[in-house]
Amino acid sequence: MAIRVFLLLPVFLSSAIVSFSLYEDQAGLADWHQRYIGKVKHAVFHTQKTGRKRVIVSTEENVVASLDLRHGEIFWRHVLGTKDAIDGVGIALGKYVITLSSEGSTLRAWNLPDGQMVWETALHSAHHSKSLLSVPINLKVDKDYPITVFGGGYLHAVSALDGEVLWEKDFTAEGFEVQRVLQPLGSTVIYVLGFVNLSEAVVYQIDSKSGEVLAQKSMAFPGGFSGEISSVSSDKVVVLDSTKSILVTIGFLDGDISFQKTPISDLVEDSGNAEILSPLLSNMLAVKVNKRTVFVKVGGEGKLEVVDSLSDETAMSDSLAVADDQEAFASVHHEGSKIHLMVKLVNELDNVLLRETIEMDQHRGRVHKVFMNNYIRTDRSNGFRALIVMEDHSLLLLQQGAIVWSREEGLASVTDVTTAELPVEKDGVSVAKVEHTLFEWLKGHVLKLKGSLLLASPEDVVAIQELRVKSSGKNKLTRDHNGFRKLILALTRGGKLFALHTGDGRIVWSMLLKSQACERPNGISLYQWQVPHHHAMDKNPSVLVVGRCGSDSSAPGVLSFVDVYTGKEITSSDIGHSVVQVLPLPFTDSTEQRLHLIADTVGHVHLYPKTSEALSIFQREFQNIYWYTVEADDGIIRGHVMKSSCSGETADEYCFTTRELWTVVFPSESEKIISTLTRKSNEVVHTQAKVNTDQDLLYKYVSKNLLFVATVSPKGAGEIGSVTPEESSLVVYLIDTITGRILHRLSHQGCQGPVHAVFSENWVVYHYFNLRAHKYEVTVVEIYDQSRAENKNVWKLILGKHNLTAPITSYSRPEVFTKSQSYFFAQSVKTIAVTSTAKGITSKQLLIGTIGDQILALDKRFVDPRRTLNPSQAEKEEGIIPLTDSLPIIPQSYVTHSHRVEGLRGIVTAPSKLESTTHVFAYGVDLFYTRLAPSKTYDSLTDDFSYALLLITIVVLVAAIYITWALSEKKELSEKWR
Amino acid sequence: MAKLTLVFFLSFLIFSSSIAFQSDELLVDDDEFGLEGAKPRSTDLYTSSSSPQQQQQQSPTIRRRYSDPTDLDSKVQFTLEHAFGDSDFSPAGTFSARLKTWSHGGKTLTKLRFSRNDFSAEEKDAFKNLLKGDDFYRIRLPSNVVSPPGREFVVASVRARCLPRDGLDEHFIIHMEGANILAVSYGSPGACQYPRQFKLPAKWSFNSHTILKSSEQAPRTPIFTEEILGSENAEGEVEPPPERSFWAKYWMYLIPLGLVVMNAVTQASNMAEEPTGGQAGGAQVQQPARRR
Repeated sequence: MAIRVFLLLPVFLSSAIVSFSLYEDQAGLADWHQRYIGKVKHAVFHTQKTGRKRVIVSTEENVVASLDLRHGEIFWRHVLGTKDAIDGVGIALGKYVITLSSEGSTLRAWNLPDGQMVWETALHSAHHSKSLLSVPINLKVDKDYPITVFGGGYLHAVSALDGEVLWEKDFTAEGFEVQRVLQPLGSTVIYVLGFVNLSEAVVYQIDSKSGEVLAQKSMAFPGGFSGEISSVSSDKVVVLDSTKSILVTIGFLDGDISFQKTPISDLVEDSGNAEILSPLLSNMLAVKVNKRTVFVKVGGEGKLEVVDSLSDETAMSDSLAVADDQEAFASVHHEGSKIHLMVKLVNELDNVLLRETIEMDQHRGRVHKVFMNNYIRTDRSNGFRALIVMEDHSLLLLQQGAIVWSREEGLASVTDVTTAELPVEKDGVSVAKVEHTLFEWLKGHVLKLKGSLLLASPEDVVAIQELRVKSSGKNKLTRDHNGFRKLILALTRGGKLFALHTGDGRIVWSMLLKSQACERPNGISLYQWQVPHHHAMDKNPSVLVVGRCGSDSSAPGVLSFVDVYTGKEITSSDIGHSVVQVLPLPFTDSTEQRLHLIADTVGHVHLYPKTSEALSIFQREFQNIYWYTVEADDGIIRGHVMKSSCSGETADEYCFTTRELWTVVFPSESEKIISTLTRKSNEVVHTQAKVNTDQDLLYKYVSKNLLFVATVSPKGAGEIGSVTPEESSLVVYLIDTITGRILHRLSHQGCQGPVHAVFSENWVVYHYFNLRAHKYEVTVVEIYDQSRAENKNVWKLILGKHNLTAPITSYSRPEVFTKSQSYFFAQSVKTIAVTSTAKGITSKQLLIGTIGDQILALDKRFVDPRRTLNPSQAEKEEGIIPLTDSLPIIPQSYVTHSHRVEGLRGIVTAPSKLESTTHVFAYGVDLFYTRLAPSKTYDSLTDDFSYALLLITIVVLVAAIYITWALSEKKELSEKWR
Repeated sequence: MAKLTLVFFLSFLIFSSSIAFQSDELLVDDDEFGLEGAKPRSTDLYTSSSSPQQQQQQSPTIRRRYSDPTDLDSKVQFTLEHAFGDSDFSPAGTFSARLKTWSHGGKTLTKLRFSRNDFSAEEKDAFKNLLKGDDFYRIRLPSNVVSPPGREFVVASVRARCLPRDGLDEHFIIHMEGANILAVSYGSPGACQYPRQFKLPAKWSFNSHTILKSSEQAPRTPIFTEEILGSENAEGEVEPPPERSFWAKYWMYLIPLGLVVMNAVTQASNMAEEPTGGQAGGAQVQQPARRR
């Protein structure tokens, strides 16, 4: 019996051993995927009687999507390419969503219910111009009114049924800019209004059936126009003149142009420069003067009169036909922590149809856009709902005085990501509380056992899943032993900082970046400011958010210090200088605040935090602080060193000047910088030595000061295939950033960018296009140190006669050699990253973001420069894979399994406490998180390891030992008695 | 015992240091002299830098050597400039080389030679100040040798304390791309000890080494045609036949089996000797005995 149990044990154990790949039921256990659409630009409501209520939106991330109005879920969505910006959206024939994109050169129709593409038409385009889409509102579904599209200097009429271009009219004449294309309802005449050199108004009347020009009138306007225009009705537009102080009403009824000038000073008392706001209101326009919004009514003869004025912080929607000749519009303004939504009739501004007050989160900022929709209430009266876009890019639906749903669309434009630890578990809260009683504990394990022995019924499987999620405690807000629970801090382009939980991706806290100096600072980057782990343990960790007032690089910067645990801003400061580069230094002060240098546009660097302690630490290392700048446009890389304190009255003692130490000048006629890359500063390298097959030792050249630079011929900087192989070459460099030495230089003839690279330890892997082979290639470069190669003798090591502990200085002549090898890779790549683990022992995997928005995990062993065609037995044992000309793409190694991270832009990896495991976070329009174990989880048992089985086995074994012992005792006794 | 180990240690010290010294020598000798005209250049450099007078004598001979170039070749000269700390740049030497124009339009620099000006008294003082302050000695070259200074100067710097040995040892690696200088690596030919010691050079003359480097071509990515793959596969299929012997394959099963058999045999023989004795194996024998 005992023997049998003993024999069975390994069998059981083997069934419980770590599973080596993801099974279907494991999907979603450690990973999550969130779908977003981005900041909404246009919204078109579709309230069909039969169908579900939906809204069609297009966004700044070039997404067109159909959302459920009840819950805010995505019915369908399409992410167009990065260069395919959407210019307009409309619904045609009641069943097609029409999108105009790529500056008016691509028109597509999507089936409204399911989002299938119905047709796509490439429109002729001659030059850059405004692109205007007008989809006629169909009264009869069966009748095909053409869609009129203006873009690229041409006016097209396109059939909504099949996308056929019915006619096109050339408006590419010199200096002529089309401003508006108007078609009065039910009319067959299309009016095209444009300006010649902004000084002459021209109106064409075009037959909508044939595209023939019926009439053309032009009239010069001596003052000139500014280009800001608002169409108030089908035969009138209002324009600002070039001085921005006179409103000009252009009427073109029946083709006769008439101007009527109204100085703004006549309308508003203290007038300044005016600005026409975008909302389309019928027979009315909104003008922004002196930070106030003024509603100006346009009378029948083009007479302007002010009817209302509102405070500046008001967002308005376009007007909407409510009922018989009545038009209404929505406006939203802030008051404290509340927002007021008002729906008014355009004709009678005093008549407020709806007034609602809604409590709004301060961290959403101001309202940017309002889209209004009406519906029939149960009591047959008019109801209104409003879709609002906030400053942090979030999208909310307001109805009946409440927020029906909200979407955090800011997360679709993540610019920088870092990770942070959760707070340590307090006493009294025990993880074991999840396991209630012994019985339940046993039941759970029996279920697991059933699952692993494939005996579980479908209900059991569901129960096991639930149990796993619950028992793993992965959603708790405390630190865990393995470091699986963490916060992902993501900074978005809208200047909002989000903390996401790695367990389920929920938003733990969010914070909008604020500044005194400007209204809305942009988020640039995130840095670990304070990570207490040795001392200052009572302090909470904090991050530094660097922002900027405005998009220009010379705009003043904003710093914000945020507590990671609470999400509260500790302090924020408007630094008086611009931010070009932020350099985290490898020094911390006594409270573990990391020293940072911020370089500005005038070539000064500023030290933060501004304390005397930081200054004294900095002064100590003053001689050894170097930095470099890459001037990609000029093709120059410069190295700098600290020189002295700034002089001048504005400078403080934390400002320093620098001087140039070295330059690398790429010849402008043959090389253009397209990619630069350094190692991650916090990367851990476990061992410097690498043992070869023949017991030879190689020393990795591990330096934090290496810069990878890739240049291409200026001709080859364009799209792939735009040049012949002879014209294009790609050169890669490894440059020491202290001395400017070029350590490695390799040119690839007939190759072209874009270059995507990853730099880790002593190797760089980069991806580019080979024009000769018509394939993508991946090249690996490994750099080894030869000055330490002599340290092989054991005696030397014993006697200490080695230079391993000698300080390394960049001023010594480096003795390095590189190994490199190229492989073909079948896919084009969006980004590459590499896994990182706590101690750097675990082997690495490359994480390749493919063109299909998935992430492929490729073992580093596949891109080893030492792969040979026929590896010897010893090499095989070392794990060298026989050389192949291309890298394998194994479908099972997609870490995103069935998900697509739409619009993938970046992959971030962070180590967990468990050496084998790494966190992977990918962002684009979507977010995706998973945990990876590149060498399997060799240092832990899996979640579904059956402890009950182990326990039962031990108990049975012990029992069997006792029984057999008793039996043998008995037998011995009987033997002796015999 | 302690004395013995000390002696042992010292002898090793001497031994290993001598090895280290040899390796130092090897470092100076660069294996990257891939360019033509490397040998004469380096010898010229040694002579020219050791004494200025000799250099003057030699220069006519150099010109003579260059007097019969082909039409495509032309001589170029460009100056090396230096600066002490934050001072302005001043001329420090001249590089002269032959610019070879290839039939395909490319240009390369060959036969580079270098004449270094010795430090003047002021420059010596300036350099001493640099040594004291552990400051930077900076050099620069034009980025285009045909039409200097080109777009920009290519600058390199080194801590002054890295240069002095017996004389002032310096080492240039000039990275070229056609007639353009991409970058120059400048420093001492070997290691620079850290922490850097203040040390004045014994001789105020330069000992210069220069290397021209151009870009290496990446090897073509190997393309394995189907045939090779096929043959590889065939090899893979053929390989198994040199089959291992029966013993080599199954030894791990055979040995335990043999042990078991041996064990059984010895037990059986034991039983044969003592029919009434024996242990567990003897149960069958015992039973009939009991019946008796």
